[in-house]
Amino acid sequence: MADKVIAGITVNVNAEGYFEDPSQWNKEMAIEMAREYDIELTDKHFEILKYLREKYLAGEQLTIRKVGNSGITDIKGLYQLFPGGPLKISSRLAGIPKPASCI
Amino acid sequence: MATKEEYPLKKVCIICAKGTIEDVYAALIMANGAVMEGIEAKLFFTFFGLDAITIKQMNKLHTGTVGNPALRMPGGLPFPTLLGMLPGVEAGVSFMMKSQMEKLDVPPVKEFLEMIVAGGGEIYACKMAADMFKIEKEDLTEEVIDIITVGQFYEMAGGQGTQIIFI
Repeated sequence: MADKVIAGITVNVNAEGYFEDPSQWNKEMAIEMAREYDIELTDKHFEILKYLREKYLAGEQLTIRKVGNSGITDIKGLYQLFPGGPLKISSRLAGIPKPASCI
Repeated sequence: MATKEEYPLKKVCIICAKGTIEDVYAALIMANGAVMEGIEAKLFFTFFGLDAITIKQMNKLHTGTVGNPALRMPGGLPFPTLLGMLPGVEAGVSFMMKSQMEKLDVPPVKEFLEMIVAGGGEIYACKMAADMFKIEKEDLTEEVIDIITVGQFYEMAGGQGTQIIFI
């Protein structure tokens, strides 16, 4: 566990940069973290981040299949929004832990 | 002192030569897991693995109930091979396997292939096995790019950080 200043606020993140406490997250932090991946966050991105946060806080296991069936985007769209790690990067930007799923 | 340098994995070339549920899914999960991590994935189906991409067979994959010492009854008792020989038992066990996987959000084969392709993965069939089983391109699911030779497969397997995995 480490402290990191994101968008002017100190938050707790783990060694890989995932939030320890999802309640510390806000949208500005997502925008700042997204720059590390050269992603400019759009409304579509935020819809996904919101969906991930809701599902995570409801205790559901997240998979790309689930996000693909969410009605927000399909799986191809998800890869285009978060290139190189559709579930991993989106989870980090959503301020939730790294997904512990193989699918 | 020896220094240890690690190179990140950039590409996996996965060969699936078997047609049981567990072998096909091992290949699909590894390929999908790769594209999800931003690793390039190429899947090559050969011999009985062709069932996984053959339209007529892909939804009817089974798990062998004979000669599988790791197969157990619900509750953990060993599954007697003699029981596995009875008609319908293999289908029943296979159905149970599929329903258990569905609970974990593991999709059916066709949808799984679509997911891999959506992530940039590529699916190929082996020419020799296709010739042997008299399988043409139109017998295969649309996610398959082409029927290729082993030489063409190796041509795709170049580059630092590439691994070939045989299932």
